[in-house]
Amino acid sequence: MKLDSLAALNAEREARRPAILVTDTADGSQRLVREAEFATDPLAETFRERLLSGKSGLVEVEGRSLFLTVQVPPVRLLVIGAVHISQALCPMAAALELDVTVIDPRTAFATPERFPDVTLLAEWPDDAFAQIGTLDRYTALAALTHDPKIDDPSLIAALKADCFYVGALGSRKSHARRLERLGDAGLSPEATARIHGPIGLDIGAITPAEIAVSILAEVVATLRRDRIKGRTAGKPADCMRHDIDA
Amino acid sequence: MLATDQTILREAETWRRAGRGVALATVIETWGSAPRPVGSHLVIESDGNFLGSVSGGCVEGDVIAESLDVIADGRARVLEFGVADETAWRAGLSCGGRIRVFVERID
Repeated sequence: MKLDSLAALNAEREARRPAILVTDTADGSQRLVREAEFATDPLAETFRERLLSGKSGLVEVEGRSLFLTVQVPPVRLLVIGAVHISQALCPMAAALELDVTVIDPRTAFATPERFPDVTLLAEWPDDAFAQIGTLDRYTALAALTHDPKIDDPSLIAALKADCFYVGALGSRKSHARRLERLGDAGLSPEATARIHGPIGLDIGAITPAEIAVSILAEVVATLRRDRIKGRTAGKPADCMRHDIDA
Repeated sequence: MLATDQTILREAETWRRAGRGVALATVIETWGSAPRPVGSHLVIESDGNFLGSVSGGCVEGDVIAESLDVIADGRARVLEFGVADETAWRAGLSCGGRIRVFVERID
């Protein structure tokens, strides 16, 4: 691989733009295709499928065996609420190599002392999102404040941006009220059904650390839903619960 | 996406820019219960330092040795590893899977 191609691949990843490196495995020749060039490429249709799955792999094209290195942006986790659960969650998310940002406009909560080594924005969600750039489908969002003024706008933005995971903390009762509010705000039932609420896999979690585990397990289960055995249609978290029950 | 493949490619670039010989190994095909998915990287530099993995540690030694040849002659190649008894002349995968690894030099 040319150093230029490697550097470009790294630069695209830093910029959260997908890119595909096409390698002819017979002679090692390569070309890097950037996001803006996907649609006009002869392999456009293959690229589209590959970008959806995020999986690298071999394709046969006119008798040549081409390896596609599919690079999608690193998975980002936006945590709304600089709360106790978030404090437990951040180091765990870092261990999973998630790119974590904590957002909370309440400056008493959003302090570097409470969140060492974490990207922390003491802003309202919409202002914070404007600052960090577009939310995308490689982004997960967990709303943990219990405060509709903070959680609701973040959930609306995440659903509109088609974030791959959207979760909200709160009891079934408060989640039902949340769904009503979001409906009143103009979101369809199909859209709000994508919210994982109450958030997290049902592992009987009690402590903030246990709740953090259940949230991160649900994020991973959503990210890796293709690999979950015995999966049926519907939310992966529910499927897993049913599988365990059965 | 949870893999360290991001840091591996960054390190490959850093090593090359520092003037070291660098090879990149990529899992391009797997059959059976392969330990690392297609697209996984192992980056090797001329002093034998390496980062990442293409298996559970079963064939890395062999890939690193081959990579040093790739760094020397610049010719990209595909390596294949199967269960130990099928390819006794080379390292094997105890899990019973089979993998193909593409090794190229960073120029």
